[in-house]
Amino acid sequence: MDPFVTLTAPAVPLDIANIDTDQLLPARFLKKPRSAGYGNFLFHDERKPGFPLDDPAYAGAGILVADRNFGCGSSREGAVYALVDGGFRCVVAPSFGDIFAANAAKNGLLTVTLPEDVVAGLRRQLQEAPGAVVTVDLPAQTLTGPDGRALSFSIDPFKKECLVEGLDDVALTLRFQDAIDAFDRTDAERRPWVVPNGE
Amino acid sequence: MTSQPRSLFEKVWDAHVVATRPDGQALLAIDRHFLHEGSFHAFGMIDHAGRRVRRPELTFAVADHYVPSHSRSKPIADPEIANMVTMLEANAGRHGLRHFGLHDPAQGIVHVLAPEQGLTLPGLTIVCGDSHTSTHGAFGALAFGIGATEVSHVLATQTLWQRRPRTMRITVHGMLGPHVTAKDLILAVIAAIGADGAAGHVIEYAGSAISALSMEGRLTVCNMSIEAGARAGMIAPDDTTFSWIEGRPFAPKGELFDRAVGQWRILPSDPDAGFDREVTLDAADIAPAVTWGTSPETAVPVTAGVPDPAAEGDPVRARQMRKMLDYMGLTPGTPLEEVPIDRVFIGSCTNARLEDLRAAAAVLRGRRAVVPGLVVPGSVPVRRQAEAEGLDRLFIDAGLEWGEPGCSMCVGINGDLVPAGERCASTTNRNFPGRQGPNARTHLMSPAMAAAAAVTGRLTDVRKLDVRKLGAS
Repeated sequence: MDPFVTLTAPAVPLDIANIDTDQLLPARFLKKPRSAGYGNFLFHDERKPGFPLDDPAYAGAGILVADRNFGCGSSREGAVYALVDGGFRCVVAPSFGDIFAANAAKNGLLTVTLPEDVVAGLRRQLQEAPGAVVTVDLPAQTLTGPDGRALSFSIDPFKKECLVEGLDDVALTLRFQDAIDAFDRTDAERRPWVVPNGE
Repeated sequence: MTSQPRSLFEKVWDAHVVATRPDGQALLAIDRHFLHEGSFHAFGMIDHAGRRVRRPELTFAVADHYVPSHSRSKPIADPEIANMVTMLEANAGRHGLRHFGLHDPAQGIVHVLAPEQGLTLPGLTIVCGDSHTSTHGAFGALAFGIGATEVSHVLATQTLWQRRPRTMRITVHGMLGPHVTAKDLILAVIAAIGADGAAGHVIEYAGSAISALSMEGRLTVCNMSIEAGARAGMIAPDDTTFSWIEGRPFAPKGELFDRAVGQWRILPSDPDAGFDREVTLDAADIAPAVTWGTSPETAVPVTAGVPDPAAEGDPVRARQMRKMLDYMGLTPGTPLEEVPIDRVFIGSCTNARLEDLRAAAAVLRGRRAVVPGLVVPGSVPVRRQAEAEGLDRLFIDAGLEWGEPGCSMCVGINGDLVPAGERCASTTNRNFPGRQGPNARTHLMSPAMAAAAAVTGRLTDVRKLDVRKLGAS
């Protein structure tokens, strides 16, 4: 996974609440291998005149500024692949689907949660000045909008560490191998009914 | 062990913490890992890294998303769809996993199959690369959906890094009225708290209306926890739970079962357990519900009208309502009961269990559907039992199709799609734009309500039809 430290990129506003992962990646593309280029499937069925991602003024956007509950619905990680392969490294919203946010962190896509009015303000600035850039500094936990105001955001320290260092968390977990083995031994005695023993 | 009062969730969580980092992240042990055809990305990741499945005996593969609803004796015509089904079988075979394939006598939707086979038990941690894994919380398990990278992590380590979620208790007092079901209850909950109302929380459903539910009803409630944004939904295990589990193929047997029940009885939340949020509903206020928009939070009583964006004070929300109404082809103020439908779908991990099929069949008995419709049971055992009770005849005589078990038209990836522009009365869980097919319009409702819509050809309050309960068999 590519580390995420800082990012300065044009941002595109999307004034729609409850963008679900079916919209991000319609289900019929789920059977495609990653090599098919998931960027081609991003918002596939939403691509009609007036859709901000197709507005040339927002060409080259690397940051998406959305509304509440972004990425709700299906757990499909392909929704994150579609954003990443489509050139996005950061999504800003008032709230995210939990599973989407977890998937994003595993793929180097930063999710920044900010209050609803602050995010609405950012979207307005981007609508008024299409193509304006936003800067994200993950170690400092700040996002600077087109108006030059630096906004602080909070992030889970573990998620931050994984993103900044581009960590593969299986490798990290394997450092806890002894603890896992010990848990399994104790648990087998404590809850012997957990392992199904035949049909 | 602490003597502090603890909730059901806290007891299950605490029993699975393998290690804790200073930043609060916990490494959780996972007791059950279910896989479906979408797991190919995760298998690719562990194969690429040269890793093996750590606990094959806790890992189960189920073909459900891509399996055909018809003509199973013939090969699957679409090569890409066929490939999804055979890839799962190959991955499961290579890693020595129990695989419930297309022709297995237990095959079904993973969230129907696992409880039915006794794989879902109280107090377990259960994950699957599917957001509706929250279903299994009906047994007092901590069950949640994960993405492909996390699936690969569980395959390799049988653990998952998690931050302890917050807790929310939703108490539903009283008793549901006639023809008001678990589906109407959970739609009312989602409408009350919003599609992100429980984000970051694990919900515990409590109260007399919840404990009165059958296991099927509890599964329906927990299934849609994710539609309120919850990490998981849970219901305290009780005698209804234990008697449902006893004797199931993979359930503990004999002395081991008794020992398990002894441990399960202490799982329910302690009387003084605290929750980060409390929400209370009165069952008497819950009516048969339908959704009008493209989010489950747009559920309203079927007796209501299509809402008017002009009455919405927030301009952003008003615009979003207009967008939804435009997609759904609805005019503000129209009584929902006057909205014509084009087809019905009865099925999915939300509503394809025996109780659901019985409720729909009771409405259809002696009646004809005036629109096409598809009924897809949740598993082969559900299908067999429904046929033994003659439910299939009631569906077929009413003019509906009777399918083979799978996810079918809920997600539309096996080829069962709602045509563009058509309006579907659906017992599924998501009315998202394009969910049942590009430009398909979905109204969520209970099986009885979908059957009523099939009979009249419009959204219908099932309470207005003369419906008698079917005989026991």
